[in-house]
Amino acid sequence: MKRLLLQHIDVPGIDTLSVYREHGGYKALEKALKDMKPDDITEEVKKSGLRGRGGAGFPTGLKWSFLAKPEGVERYLVCNADESEPGTFKDRFLMSKIPHALIEGMIVSSFALGAKTSYIYIRGELLYVYHILEKAIAEAYDAGLLGKNIMGSGYSLDLYVHPGGGAYICGEETALIESLEGKRGNPRIKPPFPAVKGLWQSPTVVNNVETISAVPHIVNMGGDAYAAIGVGKSTGTKLISACGHIKKPGVYEIELGLPVEEFLFSDEYCGGIRNDKKLKAVVAGGSSVPILPGELFLKTANGEPRLMSYESLSDGGFATGTMLGSGGFIVMDEDTSVVKNLWNFTRFYHHESCGQCSPCREGTGWMEKVLHKFLEGHANMNDIDLLWDIQSKIEGKTICPLGEAASWPVASAIRHFRSEFEDYVKNPQKIKDVKHYYRVNNLDPVIN
Amino acid sequence: MPDNYTGYKMDTNNTNINFSEEALQLMHKIMRRYPEGRQKSAILPLLHIAQAESEGWLSAPVMDKVAEILKVQPIEVYEVASFYTMFNLKPVGKCVIEVCRTGPCWLLGAEDIVKFIERKLNIKEGETTADGMFTLKTVECLASCGSAPMMQVGEKYHEHLTCEKVDELLDDYRVNTNEHISHWAKDKIKA
Ligand SMILES: Cc1cc2nc3c(=O)[nH]c(=O)nc-3n(C[C@H](O)[C@H](O)[C@H](O)COP(=O)(O)O)c2cc1C
Ligand code: FES
Repeated sequence: MKRLLLQHIDVPGIDTLSVYREHGGYKALEKALKDMKPDDITEEVKKSGLRGRGGAGFPTGLKWSFLAKPEGVERYLVCNADESEPGTFKDRFLMSKIPHALIEGMIVSSFALGAKTSYIYIRGELLYVYHILEKAIAEAYDAGLLGKNIMGSGYSLDLYVHPGGGAYICGEETALIESLEGKRGNPRIKPPFPAVKGLWQSPTVVNNVETISAVPHIVNMGGDAYAAIGVGKSTGTKLISACGHIKKPGVYEIELGLPVEEFLFSDEYCGGIRNDKKLKAVVAGGSSVPILPGELFLKTANGEPRLMSYESLSDGGFATGTMLGSGGFIVMDEDTSVVKNLWNFTRFYHHESCGQCSPCREGTGWMEKVLHKFLEGHANMNDIDLLWDIQSKIEGKTICPLGEAASWPVASAIRHFRSEFEDYVKNPQKIKDVKHYYRVNNLDPVIN
Repeated sequence: MPDNYTGYKMDTNNTNINFSEEALQLMHKIMRRYPEGRQKSAILPLLHIAQAESEGWLSAPVMDKVAEILKVQPIEVYEVASFYTMFNLKPVGKCVIEVCRTGPCWLLGAEDIVKFIERKLNIKEGETTADGMFTLKTVECLASCGSAPMMQVGEKYHEHLTCEKVDELLDDYRVNTNEHISHWAKDKIKA
């Protein structure tokens, strides 16, 4: 298996500059500064087919080429290290184990974009990782890899880490920018897009940790070689954070295009379902993406084996497919109550709605209340339609996609598990008897 | 909407707020990271440091002090502090236990962990023990779902929890905690 980001993850001391350099670290920066022009780097990133790893999968090279470059105006690169999508824990893993991978990526990418100051916005709960990054940044300054005239190239860059304060919404890029400006994390109306008016009204690129960490590999190996990894338009490798009822939860780097069956059941990855239970459902890309029943997850509606790729996971649209999203892979076994889990997710979105848009602020609360009726055994058949109605009135009617993120789990649960809702209406005791959660005693986690 | 918005109470008794010399130096160092005239950006890191310096919570005078340092209006600090869940706007125990309650942790027993702590400490979620030692909070996904169930105390993640493990951890904290534990660790302010 081709591993790029996690290739040296097990090397002792890889969090230090010296060991990172012994293993090829900062070679890409040297190459970029000595042999390439900023636009050459963007060109290689375009060729690589790299797509944003934060969730939306937007082509990174294309995003970079949209950056406005008016004379005399600062431009900024901001790294999105807010990682708060339930099920997603890859960025935390990467930053805490190999902080220099992100820092090298930030310097190379900032050079490509012509940024003189860049920020890493890390969620506040990860203050211990903030300090790891600060230490690594200090090492890089001392070695002349940051600051004035980096490696004698004439290019200068300042890089800072900025902690958030606890708010999922700040992962949305315009909310993140507001937060970085020292305000409440209220998303902005787009357009203007950050590429034109972002941080302090200057042109800004926001990219995920994993996206930026992939850039040095693209510079080293060339865009074409990176594009040769993976399948179709899903190029390169992707970090998948796997959790839930599996034998081996952890962070795995996969080549995009790996069959989902292999990922879920082989011992190299998730190792199958815990306690040898049966698979019930999978949320493949973070809590926001549609939930799929096991069968539809393993095979598309046409009966083809599904692959871990942007295209294959979304095959069938929302009727029978889902999304790769952020790579937060949540597995549920046969004992799981999809309805109960949905209530939990909906409570999350209700709690995290910033409150600007009525459909999201009110709708998420209504959905939570209706779902709570199922838990309490008071729900009736009309409540299923009511839920459907509410979610359909949030989707597409809000400033930012948190509204959709809250709607899709509800819509997909009703679409694929309507009978479970109905069953709880008819047999209210059933949901109370669900042995849904059980303490973990003997689970040996494996971080790959 | 963040819960803590409703818990906000003005505290007008305590107006002599002084942060330590190290904390002030760190605050000013951080403020220099933003372009001239954009110092307001430092509000979140400054609030973290202020909270670490103020027994784990932000009173109105503490926030006023931050506003003074940043040269912004107090309301600009209040409206930010009330938006983000990490800031406590009411006094808290020395040890704030934050148990993740979101899907992946919940699928693996987070609810049992919360119930266990409630029983052991004889408090409900959101409450503080009478001796001022522990506050129990539930929080949303902390990006540690592969090690579920989990909880955070200060900057530290405690993962793969079982009730037995939590039992030991709490006993440990009870014996070894002398001052408030904050997200921004105290030794990282002095360094
Ligand atoms: C509610 C919400 C939360 C988000 N959270 C994150 C996050 O935690 N990390 C992240 O990288 N992107 C997150 N995103 C996506 C960002 O808005 C943005 O698309 C991304 O940072 C772009 O980087 P990329 O192109 O490298 O993926 C979130 C989006 C929404 C709507
Ligand atoms: S759900 Fe608890 S850490 Fe993610």
